[in-house]
Amino acid sequence: MSKRESFIGSPDWILLVLYMVLIVYGWLSIYSATATSETAKVFELSERYGKQLLWIGMAFILGFSILLIDAKFFSAFAYAIYGIMLVVLMAVLVVGTTVAGSKSWFQFGSFALQPGEFAKFATALALAKYLSLNNVDMRSMKTKLMAMAIIGAPALLILMQNDTGSALVYVAFILVLFREGLSGITIVSGIIATILFIVTVIFGEIYVAAVLVALTVLVFLIFKKVRKNWSGLLVGMGLSLIFVFSVHYTFNNVLEEHQRVRIQVMLGLKNDPLGAGYNVNQAKIAIGSGGLTGKGYFKGMLTRNHFVPEQSTDFIFCTIGEERGFIGSGILVLLFLALMVRIIQLAERQRSPFSRIYGYGAASILFFHFAINIAMTIGLAPVVGIPLPFFSYGGSSLWAFTILLFIFIKQDANRLNVL
Amino acid sequence: MYKKNYLGRKYVVIGIFVAIAFVFLGRLFYLQVASNQYQLSARNMALRSIVEYPPRGRIFDRSHHLLVYNDAVYDLMVIPRQVKNIDTTKFCQLLGITKEFFEDQMQKAENYSYYKPSVFLKQLSKKEKGPIEEIMYEFPGFYFQTRTLRHYPMPIAANVLGNVGEVSDNDLRNDHYYSPGDYIGKSGIEKYYEKELRGKKGSRIVEVNVHNIVKGSFQGGKFDTLAVQGEDVTLGLDAKLQEFGQKLMVNKTGSIVALDPKTGEILAMVSSPSYDPNLLVGRSRSENYNRLLNDSLKPLMNRAVLGTYPPGSTFKPVDALIALDEGVITANTMLTCQGKASKPIACDENHVSPLDMTTALAVSCNSYFWKTFKRIMDDPKFDNMHDAYVDWYNKVKTFGFGETFNTDIPYERPGNIPSRRYFNKLYRGSWNALTVRSLSIGQGEILVTPIQMANEAAILANRGYYIDPHFIESIGNNDTVPTKFTVKHYVAVENPLYYKEVIGGMEQVFDSSIGTARFYKMDSITQAGKTGTAQNPHGKDHSLFIEFAPVDNPKIAIAVIIENAGYGTTWAAPIASLMVEEYLTGKITRPKLEERMLKADLNHDPRP
Repeated sequence: MSKRESFIGSPDWILLVLYMVLIVYGWLSIYSATATSETAKVFELSERYGKQLLWIGMAFILGFSILLIDAKFFSAFAYAIYGIMLVVLMAVLVVGTTVAGSKSWFQFGSFALQPGEFAKFATALALAKYLSLNNVDMRSMKTKLMAMAIIGAPALLILMQNDTGSALVYVAFILVLFREGLSGITIVSGIIATILFIVTVIFGEIYVAAVLVALTVLVFLIFKKVRKNWSGLLVGMGLSLIFVFSVHYTFNNVLEEHQRVRIQVMLGLKNDPLGAGYNVNQAKIAIGSGGLTGKGYFKGMLTRNHFVPEQSTDFIFCTIGEERGFIGSGILVLLFLALMVRIIQLAERQRSPFSRIYGYGAASILFFHFAINIAMTIGLAPVVGIPLPFFSYGGSSLWAFTILLFIFIKQDANRLNVL
Repeated sequence: MYKKNYLGRKYVVIGIFVAIAFVFLGRLFYLQVASNQYQLSARNMALRSIVEYPPRGRIFDRSHHLLVYNDAVYDLMVIPRQVKNIDTTKFCQLLGITKEFFEDQMQKAENYSYYKPSVFLKQLSKKEKGPIEEIMYEFPGFYFQTRTLRHYPMPIAANVLGNVGEVSDNDLRNDHYYSPGDYIGKSGIEKYYEKELRGKKGSRIVEVNVHNIVKGSFQGGKFDTLAVQGEDVTLGLDAKLQEFGQKLMVNKTGSIVALDPKTGEILAMVSSPSYDPNLLVGRSRSENYNRLLNDSLKPLMNRAVLGTYPPGSTFKPVDALIALDEGVITANTMLTCQGKASKPIACDENHVSPLDMTTALAVSCNSYFWKTFKRIMDDPKFDNMHDAYVDWYNKVKTFGFGETFNTDIPYERPGNIPSRRYFNKLYRGSWNALTVRSLSIGQGEILVTPIQMANEAAILANRGYYIDPHFIESIGNNDTVPTKFTVKHYVAVENPLYYKEVIGGMEQVFDSSIGTARFYKMDSITQAGKTGTAQNPHGKDHSLFIEFAPVDNPKIAIAVIIENAGYGTTWAAPIASLMVEEYLTGKITRPKLEERMLKADLNHDPRP
């Protein structure tokens, strides 16, 4: 083993290949969504596909550089990196530029950077660092609170930038906490709460409350075993009722109008194809018209003719859906699934808890972006403006996801050196 | 410190990943493969079918003079679904329309279809479309479609050429080639040769972007069809002769039909009063149409085929031919103007008596032809007079009377040769030669159209046959005339001798010092003709004349009818003679006569 190789370690080729495939697939989609013709010059820095090519080149350099850095650097400086990111997030609140309503950009001449994108891997690092400490036990309240604080701080700052979508991404870390011992009840409660929220918005709190009470009585009458634990049942019912009655208030007073409408559109309570539902409706038509094999590269008559808004960024999936059809979009879904599963597999083979926890963090963030982005374009989730990793146009997100992934690849490459 | 190993939880996490991925795959399968509603929506949204209208075929006369060509105009089309957020005030201003008109048109378009294009504003000129075309992108849902309008360089032959107008609901039902707003030949040649003239519409499918701007053809034009240009049609019409005829007929009501007897081609077909065909083109079409429709002189009616008149004495050559053929007279049979039942058909001119057939034709002796008619009816070879009548009736019909020609002129009238059954009904079976004696001098129930009279002249010119009168000379590059226009129809009288004798009488009409058209004899051209002065229930007698020339090698056969103008000698004969001279020599050697005819106003200042 040469000195340089040993220094880089042995990076996982499967992850590297998946990364390359996703990047190339992503750029081809941006090219088709933004180029005027198939023969357009590729290196055209005034066009999005040209810029994206530049961002990709720089991402490769970034990724390769990370492989060159000592693996221990990231665990050693995890808190420092996290701290710096918090400061940067605060700074952007003061000197940032507002784009599309969110004050989350640093403007350097014609070039803009979104620090929020980079806060994700920093948070993953800090969380991994904290949870890998020997005296930490997920079951203790202190650990829970500390973990919540680490996750919550950047999320709160991003929320203050008015970038709700990016802040929501931090919810993904619950999967990390779950793997490290957080009770499954937390996740189940979360799912129940989501269901209650949805049915309450659809049917109104009175009906839902009535059904809840009836359900509790039924459970009490039918399952004799449960009767012994009647106090628990009562508490569960009580909490659910409080939640249901607070939904009305939250929905109408905490959420903003556009968020409310997006939820209503998603739930089919509102049909507004020319207004709030426009994006989703157009996106659905574009994807749906792709058929089995798609219309062909550069033949997406909706995505190429601007019928889908934000088609090179948040709605890039439409280009794939329309031009590559079910086969092309299915392959994309499976590629992401492979990437995420592979990260989990590798994470589980780590000797160091830090690497494992970081791996889960990386997989959870990729998963959240993948799930929410595609769900919104196919009408399964309300419109939340977050990018599809490696696909959506934009340097900040591409670099942030590259760093996120390559830190893990580096940790994994170096796993045998961990004692 | 003891730390529980949560190794099993990785399966939960992976399970969640896999579950979501498969939810997506399921949803994508539903959207993309299972349901095809989205394909339809996408096509509706991003594709537009543009109809390519071919230029309509042009129409030429026999010397390749252009009679009808096309002018480009622009229809403003609208697709209601795509119209949103437009500045209506600005839009109306640029087009010079009112807001109410805008609302009306939009409503009409929506009533037709929300998704399909309708005509919003018809036939804008290039100049009218200019200002709005530059900022079309401000008005999504609107676009221009190029159409062609007919244009007539010479304002002649309106009734022959016919006109082109928007398709009716009926047309739409009968022929699915048409869509609302399409043009179709409504009358005349435009109607009869519609299929040849219209060509074939093409269609182009283009992709548009969200701003309704055309981005290019859909799939490289794979589904496009080219428009096929309509075929040019060349008519046997002689534009110069037609124009001259129309000038001669100014301020006269009636018709002129001139044929080339050898081919049956119609050289001129004048119906007077006429109108400038350019009136029935463009946006003032319906206004002009209604004006013409309500004109008491009925300019829209093509009198040459729709006007039915008693032929009067122009019928006498047929009488003579049949009588000779029946053998009831010879050319030398002398008859007098006196005798039984001659009174009502008394000769209105003093002439020699008794007289032979040739002279009888020259002076148009009524009694002579009544007597020959009676001889036919009394002919002992028939069982009874009614049988004799049927024989006569059948023979007359072979001359093209009482029926329409199988020709390329839409809407002909057959005229009338009364049948035995008709008389049986009218007189309850009790009638005889005397009862129907008016027929012998082309009066009574007998009615003919000008084209039938011209055809009679052609039969005499051809000595016994005719070809259905028709306009078409060639279609497109195809020089062969439809076979039905080459068929010779032989009439009941075939013996050349009889023709020679009758034509001799018709020559005497010009050449004899007592001939009824002696004033119009020309030294350079031999003419054979017959005057007619037809009594009719509408007022003064119709002035009629049939003629062919030159006698030995006829090139033109002509009929002239001037309604309520008096003697055939006075008006129809000189006009026919002038037409013949114009056609055969290209110049008029009788300027005084020409001027008198051109200036005569028989509509307003009828002289006795």
